[in-house]
Amino acid sequence: MSNAFFTKSIARNIFFGGSVFFFLLFLVLTFDTTRKLPKSDHRENLTEEVVRGKHIWETNNCLGCHSLLGEGAYFAPELGNVYKRRGEAFIKVWMQAMPTGAPGRRQMPQFNLTDEQLDDLVAFLKWTSEIDAQGWPPNIEG
Amino acid sequence: MQYQSQFVAKPYFIAAVGLFIGQIIFGLIIGAQYVVGDFLFPEIPFNVARMVHTNLLIVWLLFGFMGAAYYLVPEESERELYSPKLAIITFWVFLVTSALTVVGYLAVPYATLAAMTGNDILPTMGREFLEQPLITKVGILLVVVSLLYNVSMTTLMGRKTSITIILLMGLWGLAFFWLFAFYNPVNLVLDKYYWWWVIHLWVEGVWELIMAALLAFVLIKVTGVDREVIDKWMYIIIALALISGILGTGHHYYWIGTPGYWQWIGSIFSALEPIPFFVMTLFAFSMVNRRRRDHPNKIATLWALGTTVTAFLGAGVWGFMHSLSPINFYTHGSQITAAHGHLAFYGAYVMVVLTIISYAMPIMRGRVANSPQAQLWETWAFWLMTVSMVAITLLLTSAGVMQVWLQRMGDTPMSFMATQDELAIFFWLRLFGGGVFFIGLMVYVISFFIKGDITLISANGENKNAKVSISTVDTIKER
Ligand code: HEM
Ligand code: HEM
Ligand SMILES: [Fe+2]
Repeated sequence: MSNAFFTKSIARNIFFGGSVFFFLLFLVLTFDTTRKLPKSDHRENLTEEVVRGKHIWETNNCLGCHSLLGEGAYFAPELGNVYKRRGEAFIKVWMQAMPTGAPGRRQMPQFNLTDEQLDDLVAFLKWTSEIDAQGWPPNIEG
Repeated sequence: MQYQSQFVAKPYFIAAVGLFIGQIIFGLIIGAQYVVGDFLFPEIPFNVARMVHTNLLIVWLLFGFMGAAYYLVPEESERELYSPKLAIITFWVFLVTSALTVVGYLAVPYATLAAMTGNDILPTMGREFLEQPLITKVGILLVVVSLLYNVSMTTLMGRKTSITIILLMGLWGLAFFWLFAFYNPVNLVLDKYYWWWVIHLWVEGVWELIMAALLAFVLIKVTGVDREVIDKWMYIIIALALISGILGTGHHYYWIGTPGYWQWIGSIFSALEPIPFFVMTLFAFSMVNRRRRDHPNKIATLWALGTTVTAFLGAGVWGFMHSLSPINFYTHGSQITAAHGHLAFYGAYVMVVLTIISYAMPIMRGRVANSPQAQLWETWAFWLMTVSMVAITLLLTSAGVMQVWLQRMGDTPMSFMATQDELAIFFWLRLFGGGVFFIGLMVYVISFFIKGDITLISANGENKNAKVSISTVDTIKER
């Protein structure tokens, strides 16, 4: 790297020029994505229930064990499509039956949610399962 | 040591190592829960222990970066730190905030913690790595702003080197992207989109600037190679990092409801992302080969070389492995992700912090380098931790490949839980690897207490890069 033509100041200019250019390009793409999102996120279905459901999802740290659209922890099943895999009734009964207490088996806590909170949570999971995620996950098992 | 105020780095480094131990203990707990599902249940459910594991990681790395900045900026700027007192106050604020947060995680249910700490006013909690209560998030912001103020003032009033400029840009970037931790739109797709502005633009963006600066600083010190040469390498590395890494964010925008064109952008720019890590490896080895002095701190040099190689493997190779969208379609959110997350974080950020600690701690304790005996212990720690982390990575990768095969491919996919049962052997071995890692970490801690023949820092130029006043030397009492 002792090339007399490729100096430190040229390297520095590439750094500043390149970073600024690509960050601006990233902002342009972000703008474009933001414009296109309503088609894939179905935000017209973002009801009060769904919003409350997301809050319940967050404040019980569900993502600490599960993944949602492939992000989160990998200790327990993917829940982005659980509404399609199991359906509303199963999800509610499941939540109420926890923990199983089966010896040696991975345990899920009891969150003591009210019926209304369960409705909200299911609404959130239903809305999430309807996001157009480019065909992911590969199959119903998540 | 040239400047008395560099001493403020010491508590930061000690806290970093202390919290590192906590991180690994909780890693072992969740590693055990992977195979003995009801271990410590219901006292410490998996999600709680995992949150402690990952949040302690982030916090101790921040302690490491901050200590590094407080140590390095005065020396580079050739003047005392703007306000050593502020740095010490900031230290205690950060330590108390971190400790209280962990106590909060362990003491009350997460929903209660959220309600207690004002999450309803501005909901930010419950997202991976950003689980901290609002007040903790604000605390982190204030602590980082205090650091920025202190080191920026020091730099402005002193000599400006490429190293400090790059370090400062990295730290300012860290603070800037942290602001997105406070943005949590109700629309999950947008939430995820901007969540990555913290996570990805940290580790594959601005943190790489910090890493390059710390590495360059230590390499200058231990090799004596000319600054001009090192500076040029540094700019090339960070140029490649940001040019590839910013649009590389696209590798997280494949399956979260964002448009399909991200599959092209993410795949192409991810393919470039290993390059800066590769150049970093070339850089470190070429500087060490061209060294103009044989610094007695051999182990700091080993950490510096080791961090570049392991970061290249963990971030570059393991990152690229699952980055192309047709592959990521199958591996997304599997044990392969966990494998990559571990080796990348360890190789790039854990090891670079241990590099600067290894270089600076002996000097802050009044020696050019630790005794050969202590260095031998630290060398053992290096290999125990690094080899076990590589083993953990290989085991998780094997588990991940099998998971993808059983659960995501073929006409009769197995359920998640049934698949996990099939992977038990890998998880047991991973837990064993974690045990070896923990032993390595203990050896590391012990190395600080090993006595032996040390070279005290003297003013006679024997160690030119660490000019220090006689008075400092006089206060050292070894054995
Ligand atoms: C004793 C060694 C360790 C063990 C047994 C261990 C175990 C684990 C486990 C079980 C998880 C949760 C995976 C899941 O979500 O299902 C995890 C996550 C994580 N650990 Fe560790 N860990 C160890 C050391 C480390 C170290 C040294 C680092 C940092 C270099 C680290 C960084 C992480 C990160 C970043 C995650 C989140 C991964 C992701 O979301 O993909 N761990 N660890
Ligand atoms: C030191 C730098 C890096 C660190 C610390 C790091 C860390 C991580 C972590 C912790 C995750 C899991 C996030 C989650 O929990 O959802 C992740 C995911 C990912 N990383 Fe990295 N990474 C680094 C560099 C790279 C590079 C250079 C590439 C590409 C060449 C890359 C490609 C990916 C991809 C594609 C994923 C998503 C995996 C999935 O779909 O589940 N990473 N990284
Ligand atoms: Fe990334």
